Amino acid sequence: MSRDARRLSLILLFAPFALWILLLIALPHLGILALSMREKVAPRVYEFGFGNYAEFITEPIYWNTLLRTGSMSLLVTFLALIIGFPIAYYIAKIAGKRARGALFLMCLIPLWVSDLIRAFGWILLLRESGVISRSLQWMGLTQSGIEFLYNDAAVIVGLVYTVILFMIVPLVSTLDGMGDDMIEAGYNLGGNSLTVLRRIIVPYAMPGIVAGCIVVFMMTAGSYLTPILLGGKNSSWFTEQIYNQFISRFNWEGGAAFGVLLLLFTSGVVWIGLRLSGQSLANTVARS
Amino acid sequence: MTDQTTAAFDLDCEGVTKNFGTFRAVDGVSFSIPTGTFFSILGPSGCGKTTLMRMIAGFEEPSAGDIRIKGKSVLSVPPNKRNVKMVFQHLALFPMMDVHDNIAYGLRCAGVPKAEIGARVADVLERVALPDLARRQIHQLSGGQKQRIAIARCMALNPDVLLLDEPLGALDLKLREAMKIELKLLQHQFDTTFVYITHDQSEALVMSDYVAVMNAGRFEQIGRPEELYHAPATAFVAGFVGDSNRWSGTARGTEGETVHIETETGLALGGSPRGTAPIAAGTAVEVFVRPEFITVTRATEPAPEAANHHDGTIDSVLFNGANSRVLVRPPAGGLIEADVTLTGGTSDLRAGDAVRLSWDAAQTMVFAA
Repeated sequence: MSRDARRLSLILLFAPFALWILLLIALPHLGILALSMREKVAPRVYEFGFGNYAEFITEPIYWNTLLRTGSMSLLVTFLALIIGFPIAYYIAKIAGKRARGALFLMCLIPLWVSDLIRAFGWILLLRESGVISRSLQWMGLTQSGIEFLYNDAAVIVGLVYTVILFMIVPLVSTLDGMGDDMIEAGYNLGGNSLTVLRRIIVPYAMPGIVAGCIVVFMMTAGSYLTPILLGGKNSSWFTEQIYNQFISRFNWEGGAAFGVLLLLFTSGVVWIGLRLSGQSLANTVARS
Repeated sequence: MTDQTTAAFDLDCEGVTKNFGTFRAVDGVSFSIPTGTFFSILGPSGCGKTTLMRMIAGFEEPSAGDIRIKGKSVLSVPPNKRNVKMVFQHLALFPMMDVHDNIAYGLRCAGVPKAEIGARVADVLERVALPDLARRQIHQLSGGQKQRIAIARCMALNPDVLLLDEPLGALDLKLREAMKIELKLLQHQFDTTFVYITHDQSEALVMSDYVAVMNAGRFEQIGRPEELYHAPATAFVAGFVGDSNRWSGTARGTEGETVHIETETGLALGGSPRGTAPIAAGTAVEVFVRPEFITVTRATEPAPEAANHHDGTIDSVLFNGANSRVLVRPPAGGLIEADVTLTGGTSDLRAGDAVRLSWDAAQTMVFAA
């Protein structure tokens, strides 16, 4: 009786999770995968084949876009790490107890506003008639307005701003676990600030660094709004290609193939990153 | 002072003071530690001993005073350039490195050539008797092994002074007892000055050549363990080092070397004046008697010759092997602790037995309160 009850409660507790995995993750991906392997041979006639993938390989603009998306995402990840690490270190190790909560909250505040509004915020700042351009004109540094939008730099700035919180949170949680005595021991045994950072703090924070990088890279490579709004028509982000296939060209098969390719590509990059850093998913993303 | 006299001391502190805002954590502490001694700083938590140690290591800057290592002031030397190594309370071994890399870290920082590092790590591991652990991860080590690796990591750098900040605190009792002896042996073997911080008086007494008792930022007394125990300079030292029966009372008058006391509980005692403050009739005093100096005899048996005799009944017997003790309630009230030998035979003392307690005036330490 009680064993049955326990089993029932286990099933009930597990059910939402299982449904979520099955309905929202497994099924759509299987559907996309199946869709991507259908070739259109005639109107409403389909055949199994890899033609959609072949098209990706033979058309340089497609894989160039994917490589461009990948390398820009890596750059965004790197910048988020370089900017986020000192912030996380300050919050976790230098700030006092009360300041820590306030600083953390300040990092969270941008999340209360939607992605779209945040991107428009950047547009207000960066466009030709925007705040920065006007200020420069007012100071007399330039005669005509300057367009800061619609270039790669704007896209990267916007993306770093959007994702940096997801770098800071795992970094703070790992750095928080490192005792101050670890750093003092590093100095006591003769290390200078650089040695302590390189040989003690960074290796200790490695699980957090890798976790943050994985999350940030995946979010960036899969982002759509920010590159489109800040990069304009020329942003050439891979998600834009997928959107075009599905919506503009009504080529669901091609779009599905691109979706699968993006997933494979980002997973491959994450796998390489894990191998290079000697970490595993279990002690990085799964831990935090 | 010539170079020769200063060089005999590995560590010299002179009037070292540290203020945190208006709070004075360390107050004018001065001491010199001769080369190759095991020196303990003993005090209750919050007495300033950790702050003092952090100043020696360079993590805090003294508000006043001077710290000299091998005769040279180190006040302007940053922590990573001082040849003072520290074993932290929680050891602070680097969990992302194995044992070899933990020890090699300091050697690399010191610029020791790569070829030599392997040999020196192996040598120091040999000396702490853990030669096969070089490639172990830190989390695979036992508590005692971690302890020795933390010491080895410091000793590989041949420090002038090794600081130990209550490193035995986290160990269980059995291991702590074993490590006490081991630390003493390691100190002999390395022949380096150890400065050991603890709040545990038995650790300090067992291991040290010299002990400084610290209270409220000041050194109360520096001396050999037996001096602290038998000839405490202040009431704080008498109460903090070793067990004792303690009474507050008033001096009633002196008679030669003996001072007559009446305690608040109404016991009349004869004791010997200690400390620097003079004791005359009417002085408020603190009285200390160690339990092992009190002889317990049954009321029916003859008691030994002594200045103090008090009758009472045994309230309870605290059996602890060789350290067994009885609590005796005299008619005046209160409890007196006395050490006894319990053999397990029928003649052992039991609760409710009428007994007579006897001890000498010389064993009754009287301090002006």
